Amino acid sequence: MTAIPLGTPRRLLEFTLDGEPVRAPEGSTVLDACRSAGKDVPTLCQGDTLTPKNACRVCVVEVEGARTLVAACSREAEEGMRVRTDTERARHSRRIVLELLASSVDLSTTPRVAEWIEEYGAEPDRFGPDAARVDEEPRIDNTLYVRDYGKCILCYKCVDACGGQWQNSFAISVSGRGFDARIAVEHDAPLTDSACVYCGNCIEVCPTGALSFRSEFDMREAGTWDESAQTATTTVCAYCGVGCNLTLHVQDNEIVKVTSPHDNPVTHGNLCIKGRFGYQHVQNRD
Amino acid sequence: MDLHFGDSKPSDEERAAVDALLGPPESSWEGADRSDADLRWARGGREARARRDLLLPGLHAVNDRIGWISEGALTYLCRRLTVPPAEAYGVATFYAMFSVKPRPATVLHVCTDLACMVAGAPELCEGVESRLGPGSGVSVERGPCLGLCERAPAALAVRAGDPVRTAVAAPATVERAVLAAGAPGSAAGEPPAARALPQAGDPSLVLLGRVGVVDPADLDDYRAHGGYTALRRAFALGPAGVVREVTDSGLVGRGGAAFPTGRKWQATASRPETPHYLVCNADESEPGTFKDRVVMEGDPYALVEAMTVAGYAIGAHRGYLYLRGEYPRALRRMEHAIGQARARGLLGDDVLGQGYAFDIEIRRGAGAYICGEETALFNSIEGYRGEPRSKPPFPVERGLFGGPTAENNVETLVNVLPVLTMGAQAYAAIGTPGSTGPKLYCVSGSVARPGVYELPFGAALGELLELAGVREGLRAVLLGGAAGGFVRPDELDVPLTFEGTREAGTTLGSGVVMAFDGTVPLPRLLLRIAAFFRDESCGQCVPCRVGTVRQEEALHRIAERTGAAAADDVALLRGVGRAMRDASICGLGQTAWNAVESAIDRLGAYE
Ligand code: SF4
Ligand code: SF4
Ligand code: SF4
Ligand code: FES
Ligand code: FES
Repeated sequence: MTAIPLGTPRRLLEFTLDGEPVRAPEGSTVLDACRSAGKDVPTLCQGDTLTPKNACRVCVVEVEGARTLVAACSREAEEGMRVRTDTERARHSRRIVLELLASSVDLSTTPRVAEWIEEYGAEPDRFGPDAARVDEEPRIDNTLYVRDYGKCILCYKCVDACGGQWQNSFAISVSGRGFDARIAVEHDAPLTDSACVYCGNCIEVCPTGALSFRSEFDMREAGTWDESAQTATTTVCAYCGVGCNLTLHVQDNEIVKVTSPHDNPVTHGNLCIKGRFGYQHVQNRD
Repeated sequence: MDLHFGDSKPSDEERAAVDALLGPPESSWEGADRSDADLRWARGGREARARRDLLLPGLHAVNDRIGWISEGALTYLCRRLTVPPAEAYGVATFYAMFSVKPRPATVLHVCTDLACMVAGAPELCEGVESRLGPGSGVSVERGPCLGLCERAPAALAVRAGDPVRTAVAAPATVERAVLAAGAPGSAAGEPPAARALPQAGDPSLVLLGRVGVVDPADLDDYRAHGGYTALRRAFALGPAGVVREVTDSGLVGRGGAAFPTGRKWQATASRPETPHYLVCNADESEPGTFKDRVVMEGDPYALVEAMTVAGYAIGAHRGYLYLRGEYPRALRRMEHAIGQARARGLLGDDVLGQGYAFDIEIRRGAGAYICGEETALFNSIEGYRGEPRSKPPFPVERGLFGGPTAENNVETLVNVLPVLTMGAQAYAAIGTPGSTGPKLYCVSGSVARPGVYELPFGAALGELLELAGVREGLRAVLLGGAAGGFVRPDELDVPLTFEGTREAGTTLGSGVVMAFDGTVPLPRLLLRIAAFFRDESCGQCVPCRVGTVRQEEALHRIAERTGAAAADDVALLRGVGRAMRDASICGLGQTAWNAVESAIDRLGAYE
């Protein structure tokens, strides 16, 4: 996770990946090993700055001797393990998972998902026009960001980023159960009545666009959001002495959102409200 | 952690309910009035966080007193326990028995599950709902199995107050259910637990021998009937000796997974990290299961003794009994038994004067089948949502509160008593070489004498049904509950052993045997099973959260169709079912398609 590798070198484990012998440092996941071997295993709930909840199950692989498939993002590699990433069985589950997700939520702003749907031959429409969907109206209850749970795949990333893994604000959690489970603040109140501190770290990790900057949301509504016309410039936040890195996304000479490099050893992609949202004064031209 | 609690205030009644559990608050940090001292003093951190496991009892306390959990009550509870309100809200909304919306003080839970469905639950619900209309002050909630299947159809009334009152109506008529809801305090009592035992009085009973014979409230009576000889033997053998006996007995877990108990205990006992924990899973929520309830109601001290033996063997000083929220009588009996045992030195700092400290804490579930999954149960006790954790790490390494934990269900634990009293060899001689000992079965549905049966492993399914008096026109038998599978009436010679059922392509599961004659159409049973899984999925992983919905939808579409007209949806069911089985995190998702698959393949449900 840190850009500069620190600590003692780890022991190397040997195991086989799709029949090929591979070596991976102790403690790395099957997914790490796959990626360093150049294999493209799809992932949705895995995030580079978080311990994955392994909830989406799109990264499943076959491990010899295991009764069920195994989530590559969370399973630690073991000496002598035999892993197959591309069996019919694993591909079948990935295809179904993609179908289940695409038939229940709006994945139009989820990067790479269209590509995987194509690759795995998923047909979300086969569940019919009456298939239950998470039909939620976007929640626009503050000026900084929008929660559109009709796009949420319940990856738990925002919960972990807001809670014990980064921000320690614990403003959001999963409520309800089963298909009715939703991300919510206490008492399912508006964000403005919650413990949210508007650091936007949840937006940073959301893989689907269910959480987005108000600016991005409004521009998408207006049809003016155009990622190809945007530039991204990384600079240093000038508000306080921490010195976080900010990446300013600029379209038509206006800052449209602010992110932070995930490989920065200080912030790991996290910011505070000022760095994340306090950019309006830059472009206040009145 | 700088928690934000908002400013909803509890009512006096809500505050009193929480304070009755936690004691009065000590400072304004916990919700008391602000004093001068509070301005220079902060409370929080590790010490405060350690009380999170009182969240579930706290939610029960409010729900029991008021009938639902308001914003003010939840906020106050969070303040007292230093739990983030968003997380507590997530926990409160996870359990079916809690409501975060106002509702009447009396809730009547009416079972609509399989055995009750066969016994007329739909008519019962309609009758009850029309009698208890909106203004009646009773909220009627249709729900899954209440564990009273031998007396189906069943209803459970819960009236909030101080104290909370409960009444069971089973078998329920509209009259009786309405009466129970109207005056839970004075409704007719339940029949004794032994009424659930058609074999009562049979001298060959090993596990159920005391049910109906001893007074469940009397410790001396328990001792007079052989109680506490197993614990004495355990102390004589020492912990390693107990583990050896249990291993040699061949005892395997009775919850469905059939894992060797001795191996689990050995693995827990040998972990260097401390403390070790014992957890008794008494959350039997598999539709059609009620054996643990009968044991706890009829022979509660046996479970106390068995937990003490297990705790001793694995080196635990604390055992948690996680008891189904829908079992008020079992709760009362176990509370009483634990209190008596403590008063008599059979629990506490110095059990039986042997210098071993062990105590048992009861935790009530709140209506979530998934909490029967062992790791979900840990989360539930710890005050988190009852979502299963992914394994590895396994509970014997990192279980409850992160410590090495052995979890066994009630039936498994009470088997330890005969293992120790008769010796491993004699115990292992019962049953078959692959499945040793006696086994409990919960028989319900279309039989003359439903109830809990005890037979040595190896009896044929037909023999068991014979005992229970199977009725004419048997159409199918559901073996192992909703997570199990159907077998045909011409397969009744399958031997009831783990290896025998496996060979026959089915499973013994937790020992549920539900017989169905042709009066209820199979598609309706399947729809109920599908609805059950959809309802009980924790929602954590995609194959289960969405897969169970798609399964139910497909079954709805083909409820009236067969053959070619159903073929597409049957293929869809197979595809989704396979992914649920392969890619779900836990057993719930992995088994959610078992019964439907077996109905298609073995019974030809849609041919
Ligand atoms: S809102 Fe985004 S980050 Fe949060 S659970 Fe949903 S998809 Fe994941
Ligand atoms: S993002 Fe916040 S913490 Fe980071 S440098 Fe800017 S003001 Fe300081
Ligand atoms: S399989 Fe179902 S119950 Fe189990 S973790 Fe997944 S969603 Fe939850
Ligand atoms: S990416 Fe592995 S389970 Fe979601
Ligand atoms: S009590 Fe109704 S099915 Fe068990």
